[in-house]
Amino acid sequence: MAERTLMKGNEAVAEGAVRAGCRFFAGYPITPQNEIPEYMSWRLPEEGGTFIQAESEVAAINMLFGASSVGTRVMTSSSSPGISLKQEGISYCATAELPIFYTNVVRGGPGLGNIAPSQGDYFQATRGGGHGDYRVIVFAPKTVEEMANFPRICYELAFKYRIPTMVLADGILGQMMEPVTFDFDPIDPSVFKTPDWALRGSKPEERRVIKSYDLRPGKMEQWNFRLEKKYDEIREKEPRYEAVNIDDADIILTGYGTAARVCESVMALGRKDGLKIGYVRPITLWPFPKSIFKELGEKVEKFFVVEMSLGQYIEDVKLSLNGKSEIYLHKRPAGGIPTGEEVLELTRKILSGDKLKLVA
Amino acid sequence: MEKVVFERTKGLTDIPMRYCPGCGHGVVHRLVAECFMELGVQEKTIGIGPVGCSVFADEYFNVDMIQGAHGRGPAIATGIKRCLPDRLVFSYQGDGDLASIGAAEMLHSAMRSENITIIFINNAIYGMTGGQMAPTTLLGMKSTTSPSGRTVAANGYPIRVCELLSAMEGPIYLERVSVDKPAAVVKAKKAIKRAFEYQLEGRGFTLVEILSQCPTDWHMTPLQAIEKIRKDLIPYYPLGIYREPQDDKRAKPKKVAVEKES
Repeated sequence: MAERTLMKGNEAVAEGAVRAGCRFFAGYPITPQNEIPEYMSWRLPEEGGTFIQAESEVAAINMLFGASSVGTRVMTSSSSPGISLKQEGISYCATAELPIFYTNVVRGGPGLGNIAPSQGDYFQATRGGGHGDYRVIVFAPKTVEEMANFPRICYELAFKYRIPTMVLADGILGQMMEPVTFDFDPIDPSVFKTPDWALRGSKPEERRVIKSYDLRPGKMEQWNFRLEKKYDEIREKEPRYEAVNIDDADIILTGYGTAARVCESVMALGRKDGLKIGYVRPITLWPFPKSIFKELGEKVEKFFVVEMSLGQYIEDVKLSLNGKSEIYLHKRPAGGIPTGEEVLELTRKILSGDKLKLVA
Repeated sequence: MEKVVFERTKGLTDIPMRYCPGCGHGVVHRLVAECFMELGVQEKTIGIGPVGCSVFADEYFNVDMIQGAHGRGPAIATGIKRCLPDRLVFSYQGDGDLASIGAAEMLHSAMRSENITIIFINNAIYGMTGGQMAPTTLLGMKSTTSPSGRTVAANGYPIRVCELLSAMEGPIYLERVSVDKPAAVVKAKKAIKRAFEYQLEGRGFTLVEILSQCPTDWHMTPLQAIEKIRKDLIPYYPLGIYREPQDDKRAKPKKVAVEKES
C-alpha cells in the first residue's frame, strides 16, 4: 500500500524522479528550488546514483547532455534565471533527442527579479525556450502530490519520444507542504533495456554518434521536419487537462498550476452563490489541450484567464478559442498572487456584463 | 618482398579529413586513435567532439562519439564517465573551446579530478571562424580581431593552460607537447597514451596540450608555420611534463622547471 506522507513540493519532485528511476542529477543552487539539489545530494547516492553540484547551470545541463547520452535517467532543476542559462543545452538535447527531465521552480522576473512565486516563464517553457525550432513536453502540477507523480510520466514520455520533458512549477508549489501519495511503485532503472541509440562504446561497425548539427545542404532542414513529425504526434496524443462543471457553465475560469487552484476555489465559492462557473486547466502546457477549449468555445460565451504573468498563458487560450468567445484576463506578475476574493469579484463583474477587462 | 611499415589505424574511419594542408589536427587525430587501439579499448572508448575546426571529430574517430556545445566537453565527459566509469572518455578541444568559453568547465573538472582525458589543441588562433584572437594568441600576433597584433593593454596575456592547472591539486597528469617534427610526434603519442593509461587505472584528471600549427590562419606556408611553433610558441609555452603521478616509475622525481619568458 502506498503510504501517505507530508512533503515539500521541491522534495516531492526530487523523490518522484528518484522513484521513477533517476540516477543522475547535476544542478546549481538558486532560490526557491534549493531543496531539490539538497535532497538529491543524499538521496541519489542511496540508490547508487550520482549527484554533482556543478560549477554553473551551463555545466549542469551539459553534464546531463553527457549522462543522458548513455541512456541514464537524468534530472536537473533550477529557477528562472538558471533555466535561462540552461536553455542552450536544452536546445542541444532537443536536437540530439536526449530524454532529459528538468524542473523550473519559477520565481519573479525578468532579470534577477525576486524569489517570489511567478508564472513568468510560460513562453520560455512552451515555445521551446532556447534557439531553434523545437519543443519540450511541459507538465504543470497544481499540487505537491502532482509534483511527486509527474516525473514518472515525464520520463516515460521523454524516452518514448526521445524529447526533453519538464515540470513547470513555481515558488509556492516548491515551498509548500502537502500530503502526498505516490501513484507508482519505485522503479529500478536496471530493468530498462539500454536504448539502441545510447552511447556505450561499441564495435566500429555499430558505432553510434550523438550530435545536434548537420552542415550538409538541406540536411538540417530534413532534421527539423523529422522533429516536427514527432511534435505533431505528441500534439495529437499527449495533451492532458482537467475540466470541471463545464456542462452548464456561463463562464469558464482557466489557469494552470497555482493559478488553477485559485480558479478552482473561486468556482466552488461562486457555485455556492449560484454562479454557473466552470473550470478548465491544462495539465500539459505543451502540448496544449486545444481541443477542450475549441469544444467549449462553441457553447460558452465567456472565458476568464487567471495567470501570474502579464498575459502569456492567455495567448494559447486565444489561439485555441480562435475568436469564438470573450476572453477576460486577470494578471499578477512577479510575486503577485491572485486571491480568491479578487477573482470572485471580477467574475461577478464579468457575468454582469462589465467589459472593462475584456482582452479579446 | 613487400613489408608493411605503416598503416592507417583502424581507430579512424575511412572518411577523408577536411583539415587544411599543414594543420596539426590530422596528426593528433591519428595519435589519439592509435593510442586507444594499442591499448585495446576501442570498443569501450567514448569521444567528445568540440566546436571549432575539429567539430567533425565525430566523423573521424571510429568509436562512439558525441558532439556537444562549445566549451562544454569536460562537463559532457563528466556526465558520461560518472555513469560509465569503466569506459575511456576523452574530450578533444581547441584553445578557444577549452581556455576561453569553456574555462570554467576545464578548471572545475580538473578541480574534481574527473577521471577523463582532455586532448587540448593549442594553435593560438580561432581556426574555423576565420582567424580571430584566441586566449592563447601570443602578444604581438595578428588576428582578425587583433589586426595590429595582440597587446597587453587591449587583450591581456595569453593563457598557459598547463601552468594554470598545475597550480591545482586535482590534475593527475599534465603534459605539453608539439607535433612539429617526427621526434615530437612520437613524444606526443607517448603523452596521450600515458594519459589514457592513467585514466584506465582510475587515477583522475589528465590533459595533454599539443602545440599545433595553423598555416591558414597564420597566413603562412606549412613550413613557415612549423618554424613559428619553434621560434614563437614553444618559448612562451614550454614543452614538458607539468604534473605526473610520482608513484609511476616513468615519473621524473623532480618537477620540471617552468621557463620564464625572456
